[in-house]
Amino acid sequence: MGIYLDHHATTPLDPRAYDAMKPWLTERFGNPHSESHMLGRSAAEAVESARAQVAALIGADPREIIFTSGATEANNLAIIGAARFLKGTKHRVVTIATEHKCVLESARSLEDEGFEVVTVGVQPNGLVDMAALDRAITDDTAVVTVMAANNEIGVLQPLAEIAGLARSRGALVHSDAAQAAGKIPLDVTNVDTMSISSHKMYGPMGVGALYVRRRPRVRLQPLFHGGGQERGLRSGTLPVALCVGFGAACAVAREDLAAEAERVARLRDRLASRITAAIPGARINGAGAPRLPGNLNIALPGVDAIQLIEAVPEVALSAGSACTSAEVAPSYVLMALGLDEATARASLRFGVGRFNTEADIDRAGALIAAAAQRLKGEARVA
Amino acid sequence: MPSRVYLDHNAAVPLRAEARDAIAAALGIGANPSSVHAPGRAARAIIEHARKRIASLAGVAPESIVFTSGATEANSLALKGASVARRLVSAVEHVSVPEATDVEQIPVDGRGIVDLEALARMLDRTIPALVSVMAANNETGVIQPIAEVARIAHDAGALVHCDAAQAPGRIALAPIVAVCDLVSLSSPKVGGPQGSGALIVRAGVDLKPQIMGGGQERRLRGGTENLSGIAGFGAAADAVMADASVARVTALRDRLEADARILAPEAIVIGADAPRLANTSALALPGIPAESQILSLDLAGIAVGAGAACSSGKIGRSHVLAAMGVPEDVAAATIRVSLGATTTDADVDAFLAAWSALRARARANRSAVGGFGREVA
Repeated sequence: MGIYLDHHATTPLDPRAYDAMKPWLTERFGNPHSESHMLGRSAAEAVESARAQVAALIGADPREIIFTSGATEANNLAIIGAARFLKGTKHRVVTIATEHKCVLESARSLEDEGFEVVTVGVQPNGLVDMAALDRAITDDTAVVTVMAANNEIGVLQPLAEIAGLARSRGALVHSDAAQAAGKIPLDVTNVDTMSISSHKMYGPMGVGALYVRRRPRVRLQPLFHGGGQERGLRSGTLPVALCVGFGAACAVAREDLAAEAERVARLRDRLASRITAAIPGARINGAGAPRLPGNLNIALPGVDAIQLIEAVPEVALSAGSACTSAEVAPSYVLMALGLDEATARASLRFGVGRFNTEADIDRAGALIAAAAQRLKGEARVA
Repeated sequence: MPSRVYLDHNAAVPLRAEARDAIAAALGIGANPSSVHAPGRAARAIIEHARKRIASLAGVAPESIVFTSGATEANSLALKGASVARRLVSAVEHVSVPEATDVEQIPVDGRGIVDLEALARMLDRTIPALVSVMAANNETGVIQPIAEVARIAHDAGALVHCDAAQAPGRIALAPIVAVCDLVSLSSPKVGGPQGSGALIVRAGVDLKPQIMGGGQERRLRGGTENLSGIAGFGAAADAVMADASVARVTALRDRLEADARILAPEAIVIGADAPRLANTSALALPGIPAESQILSLDLAGIAVGAGAACSSGKIGRSHVLAAMGVPEDVAAATIRVSLGATTTDADVDAFLAAWSALRARARANRSAVGGFGREVA
């Protein structure tokens, strides 16, 4: 049995979320938009109670939750939707260099629509350069998009401070909280829109949500129309089973968020100390900044990350974002921290999660350390 | 209490057993299909297997299939993503087509069939255009002559999109796909899970993605794939190919309509003169509002539809019936009865009994107040 330490890429489905979904995969079905009969109405009720569970996790009103197919769609809707709605009155979009690909690509696509897109750099610890952000956000800025937690280095951005800057200049604040939701407490008072992904927090893939503030009301232009579901912001039949599973995952996460975060952080620290003790020169990327409890991104000088991953098939881990797994270029996130290419290519991403045990961590730590030492030895001989 | 008789298959089809098993297996994988480690590769294999199954149903290469969150998104991707200056869509399309972007409407005749001469007149080969006509209508079941539409459009240099959400398992999909440039499919309409669909993109068609990120689906649709949704969709597509219930469903629907006309001589079947899907009956009972009929049927445990199941669920005037020139009072008295593979003779009997009973009550009520009363269900 392999050890799964890639919880940034996706998380296994929590059995409690699966149990909630089961009735909707067996005897119960219905189009939640068919209000003409009992089946449709009971499907709609299930979706609404899931919406309340999602809202509760982030302290929002259920009416502020728009279900989407995932965080990527939610990020596209928030950024492109806000900019298009403000087109003609505002002309700038501000983001940071370490955002997820889908945020950067959404923002970049707006250049074709007449927006100036400003990408602000980060400090060596991964935190946004606040002085540069201060200069970038102008009165002409439609939306400032800064992630809650990074998907590679786990660094948590200071959303409250960022919101203060943005709001003083009349800009909307969007945050991609795909990695943060369900792992750390989130406060929607700091944002106008926020994306959440179900499969990053032990719910099923294929569903996510966008928080859209009601007071003051945030206006977005939908990505697609037809049917008018989700208050007109997101048309299409909602997947009942997926919404229900997502809702249950939110309820589970909320139950013991603090205790679980502490347990996972302890395991993560244990893994870090096992590796740093065995590999001289090992260095944690994003050290010195607040990070997600389960995140460990670590550079092992002289070790090729891809080779190491292949050398330890018992452990599922990665060298960076899953979306860019197949790419040959080094991580743009690590490069943004100022790492040289060799160090970026020697960096591993571990994501510790809910079902990992101390035994998993000790075994994975030993396997990684042994493989790293072997590879370094081979490199020296060659 | 769940409805005992389900006759709203055009809104949602019960999940097929094959899809359920595939979903359960996929939910147990717990890895991102883009990850290169072993569990990630297992997830990728599930997606590519499903892609092959759907490609086989459609008679295309697997690379043509772009997975989306459903037919609405697929329609939007086709309409907004195509690099054209004009978009001509039939007047009876699902709302996700005309509302996707700025469109021009192609009229339909009284049977609900797209006016081919009007289409030919509207096209102008000097302006790049996309023509979008659905395979079969979700409210009336009327089947469109896609081969002719495609020939006229292609002759004028236009691209052709077809929303074929209602087609698989009811009419042959491959001949439609063969003549189109873009085709939308829906997983829940074939007995797969909700939250999954696809756009079939013919090789060489230039499309601009509408959801960006991650580079998934050959850069045409970003976002981590809906693993269980795609797996279930693939299994359902496979099951549809083996499903031989069409003949039986046709017979059931024809019997339902014949008996309905005997029970209520004033009843009207919308689109009866056009080729229609075997399972759909848009049935008007003049003088009795659709809302009353639906309420009575629901109380009797029979689920039917009120046209398209969308938006707020409010029963508004159907743009489909209006485009066909159905008088407003008839349209307001039309319900949608849609059968499926699981529909039985007893279901049809139960429907007819409840339906004729509500008609009798309405008529008794009317005569009691001298013929001018409102219908009470």
